[in-house]
Amino acid sequence: MANARPRPLSPHLTIWRWGPHMLVSILHRATGVVLSFAGLAILTWWLLAISNGPDGYSVFESFINWTAFGIPWVLLIMVGITWSFFQHLLSGIRHLVMDSGAGFELGINKTFAILTIVGSVLLTALVWFYVLGVAK
Amino acid sequence: MSLGDSSSPLGRVRGLGSAHHGGEHWLTERATSIALLLLGTWLIASLLLLPKLDQRTLIEWLRSPSGAVPMALLIIVGFKHALDGVKVVVDDYVHEEGNRFALNLLLLFLAVGGGALALFALARIAFGAIE
Repeated sequence: MANARPRPLSPHLTIWRWGPHMLVSILHRATGVVLSFAGLAILTWWLLAISNGPDGYSVFESFINWTAFGIPWVLLIMVGITWSFFQHLLSGIRHLVMDSGAGFELGINKTFAILTIVGSVLLTALVWFYVLGVAK
Repeated sequence: MSLGDSSSPLGRVRGLGSAHHGGEHWLTERATSIALLLLGTWLIASLLLLPKLDQRTLIEWLRSPSGAVPMALLIIVGFKHALDGVKVVVDDYVHEEGNRFALNLLLLFLAVGGGALALFALARIAFGAIE
């Protein structure tokens, strides 16, 4: 479909003034990209490892528990992916609400944006405290 | 608008946008997002509710219909939603048409290949012999 004038393109990061709503908007993209690549790669590898017999799974487990300088880096990345999941899920709900035309009032929009961050951090902490508690 | 007054709101946006695919892609992205709201919550809840996260428990879980079927759906819908989402980022920020086409094609192959690999692994777990 030919248009007389070019369609508008999304402006880059530098154009916007930083605020909770803008931060959550760009986090939605960033966490989406993280989940699309790191998240799905881990999910796929995890399923392959489970299907690969005891040896295959122990390789996966030792990769997850790999430490350097006393810090379990891969586990930390898993925590980051979990946070990305909850942040993307909560701001996804926010976007669905906004798609319906609601939640655009400045105060409500800002509060909702802050709540997605508070919620994602809380849920990530809950999940990992539980997982690490059970594992011990 | 060339379509005149009789066109619906959806009819007016078809073919528009930076990807020239109008509203269809946007609607699919929302539909898969709602499905993933359920499937993602299911995955986290299932992992938390399993008594242990060792291989035997996981295999048992993924062999049962209540484990295998949602996981298959999560793989298919997850890769589709990821492809749709990353395509928006590419369409927004890659302005040169040839590069955009090549990158979107590469991402399509990656998503279909990755999804097939994950489904294969799941099938091997679900239909494989019990060790």
